[in-house]
Amino acid sequence: MKVLLLHPDRNFDPKAPLPPNQDTLVQDLELETLFQAMARGDKFLYQTARQALLSSLGDPTEIRYRQAILQDCLEHPEVVREIYQIPIEAIQRKQRHWMGIFSHYPSGILSSSVQLLEMFLDLLRHLKQVADEQVGQFRSAGFRRFFEMILRELDDAYFVEVENHLRELRFRNGVLLSARLGRGNEGQDYLLCKPNQPNGHWAKRIFSKQSPVYSFNIHPRDDHGARALGELRDRGLNLVANAVAQSADHIDSFISTLRQELAFYVGALNLAESLSALEMPLCLPEAFQTSERKHAFEGLYDIALALTMQKSVVGNQANADDKDLVIVTGANQGGKSTFLRSIGQAQAMMQCGLFVGAESFSANLASGLFTHYKREEDSSMKSGKLDEELARMSEIISQLRPDALVLFNESFAATNEREGAEIARQVVNALLERRIKVFFVTHQYELARGYHTQGSARHLFLRAERQPDGNRTFKLREGEPLPTSFGEDVYQKIFKPGMD
Amino acid sequence: METIRYRQQALRDLQEETWLADVKTFAERMVLARRYLALVEKLDFDLHKKGWLLEAALMYCEAVEGLNHALGAAPLHSRGFLALREYVASYARSQVFKSLYEEARKVKAGLAVLKYSIIIQAGRFSVRKYDGETDYSVEVEKTFEKFKQGAVKDYRVEIYEGSGMNHIEAKILEFVARLYPEPFAALDRFCERHPAFIDETIRAFDREVQFYVAYLEYLDSLKHKGLPFCFPEVGASREVFARETFDLALAGSFSFSSKPVICNDFELREPERVIVETGPNQGGKTTFARAFGQVHFLASLGLLVPGRKARLFLFDRMFTHFEREEDIRNLSGKLQDDLLRIHAILNSATSRSILVMNEIFSSTTLKDALFLSREIMTRLLALDALGVWVTFIDEMASFSEKTVSMVSTVSPENSAERTFRIIRKPADGLAYALSLAEKHRLTYEHIKERIQP
Repeated sequence: MKVLLLHPDRNFDPKAPLPPNQDTLVQDLELETLFQAMARGDKFLYQTARQALLSSLGDPTEIRYRQAILQDCLEHPEVVREIYQIPIEAIQRKQRHWMGIFSHYPSGILSSSVQLLEMFLDLLRHLKQVADEQVGQFRSAGFRRFFEMILRELDDAYFVEVENHLRELRFRNGVLLSARLGRGNEGQDYLLCKPNQPNGHWAKRIFSKQSPVYSFNIHPRDDHGARALGELRDRGLNLVANAVAQSADHIDSFISTLRQELAFYVGALNLAESLSALEMPLCLPEAFQTSERKHAFEGLYDIALALTMQKSVVGNQANADDKDLVIVTGANQGGKSTFLRSIGQAQAMMQCGLFVGAESFSANLASGLFTHYKREEDSSMKSGKLDEELARMSEIISQLRPDALVLFNESFAATNEREGAEIARQVVNALLERRIKVFFVTHQYELARGYHTQGSARHLFLRAERQPDGNRTFKLREGEPLPTSFGEDVYQKIFKPGMD
Repeated sequence: METIRYRQQALRDLQEETWLADVKTFAERMVLARRYLALVEKLDFDLHKKGWLLEAALMYCEAVEGLNHALGAAPLHSRGFLALREYVASYARSQVFKSLYEEARKVKAGLAVLKYSIIIQAGRFSVRKYDGETDYSVEVEKTFEKFKQGAVKDYRVEIYEGSGMNHIEAKILEFVARLYPEPFAALDRFCERHPAFIDETIRAFDREVQFYVAYLEYLDSLKHKGLPFCFPEVGASREVFARETFDLALAGSFSFSSKPVICNDFELREPERVIVETGPNQGGKTTFARAFGQVHFLASLGLLVPGRKARLFLFDRMFTHFEREEDIRNLSGKLQDDLLRIHAILNSATSRSILVMNEIFSSTTLKDALFLSREIMTRLLALDALGVWVTFIDEMASFSEKTVSMVSTVSPENSAERTFRIIRKPADGLAYALSLAEKHRLTYEHIKERIQP
């Protein structure tokens, strides 16, 4: 029995290695805000959200598998939250009743495992009941398979079978072992046997059989003898205790997997609720193969900004289908960085099967997502600023594969414009030749103009909008780069308030 | 000489790997057989004792049969092993051995098939014949198999399988014997007929071969270091030599570290008798002296010795004088103690002895040490014995034409770094002193530099 709600063919791996640049991504794309919104203070939800968002899926069909399940979740949030409570309940009961397999003796292992199994059985009954009620309501392949599996595997006969075992394993009639003589006539291969006559007092019937039976009563004061008999019993129970304990572990891990996989969707529900409260749109994006070049969106916004400001924010629209390079120029504080962040967030969210903060969004998948942002300051002061930037760039280069997506934000500006532009040009040209998609936010007119004059159809130029009165709409429009970034406007605003 | 050649031949045979492995197997089985027999003496319950006597007999028979088979297959040349081959072959064919083995196997087979059931209830148990009941854990596994998610913890408890039997187990065994009287009667008959079964010659071989096997195993553990071993030529010639020899004990302590074991050569040509070692401390002088003594000692036992090639002296006795911790019970003082020991050595040593003298007289003044060393060396050379003499006194290195000077060397690039190579060359006190001065920044330039005008 597999949960398979995150992958069609395997369990989610909460410990799968994350890309080496995970911390940079979290920082540059403000993903922390997303994780928090998904977690709502729950550590487990937080870890799952982080793990899922940072380990992307590589194939559009896998993404659609999750999207369909997510769609079911968005339509039946209360059912999903109810199922999620089942594993939570298991954890709570274990804690409340000190359940667990802690003993070092087979009989102790056996009795605590039986106790655990009884508890799990109770929860599985609940799960089966939910499946019974909901199997017709859910449409995704993932949930349908899950519910059908529960109904098929956990039918009434199965529950009876398990209950019989659990009763048998309390050994009301004594323990029946088989054994052989080993070296030196010492007993070995002690095995717990299933009595040939099921139910009832098999022990009595055995005694009436043909084979002679020799019995021995241990003297009530013979402690040593009682202990020896107990040890013998433990030897016989060793294998069955192991089997029962491992079964308990298997069910435990099934339930944990259920919790693990649903945690992602519960996090998504939390995030969706928070964004709906701000009246921000969400959409399930259309994902294309990595080899394609797609990037088209409407109302794409920065989720982290909306969540932080707790109000609705401006979205952007653009069509960068068939483009390899998108250069964003324009007014200071015109929303360039916000836009770049929304591109990165959308990519990460799409690639883990989540919805995206936009009215519509489609893009090709990337073989890897990378950000190269200007750092405000080099806190270590070990290397010069350009040196530090180049070192980070070099790290990225060592991880890049074709069809990756690289987001540059004011990179290579820590030197004079000509040199910075030259470095940037050499980097970008090389990336483009290696089929890597580049978004480049820059102040550097040299750089932007250089690409613009090439007049390539594979390039797109976006400009932060500035109204004639100097006000910013925070919206980007297609447009050629301009030689100034309107820093004067900002200066004016700060030094001469109320002039306009 | 004869014994040495006999042993060297046997060792040469044992260098054949399959044969050595077979010998080891034999030895291991004999160890077990002896252990089982010792166990029989200690046990309390009759059926238990008899059970282990049977195991011992089976193990012994397997050992003999395996040995006989291996002897037949091995390419043997040594007189010792050829004689053994003949003996073991006839023993293994003998009626005594054949009936022992056959009977033991038959009795064991009769006991091994017995299967019984134990029913354990509170304070009580019953035993009866096994009635074909199935393994319950398999059934439990089957029921829960559908939940299998991957690897889980192994909850099997490690149960101590000591050779012991408490009175409950003994009672169970007694019941089993009552359920199946015939196989146990056969066991009784076996034990009556074969109270002792180990052949004296087999026992003696087992004891003696342990020595070779243990030694070869020790050498084997050093082989990965690329260290050479050889059969030395052993004789009365005083022109001894060894190429690439080393201290076996030190090599053993290095066998798990990555430290290389440094090999050295030595050679005595007529009329040389005594190697005088000088040079920096911690340079491997003592190790070298030990190696000189070791190769001679090991060669005298007829063993392989450390080294690529060697000709060694067959000595009558070997004497060593290594510096001892001062013994407070010995009130006479260290110098007197040293002299007493050396006196005893010189009195017992003959021209066919080997002496290893390590840093004697280091507790006295240089002047006294020089005087005493000269006196002792004169007596030693008069004896015409062979020896190694480790000393810090460079003058001793050029004592006479009967002494050879060997020096522990330092790395040419860094005088504080030891190479552990001991080479034949005149003692060079100056280089050593200079390198120490360098290290302590006490050379001419250093002192001028440190003491500014």
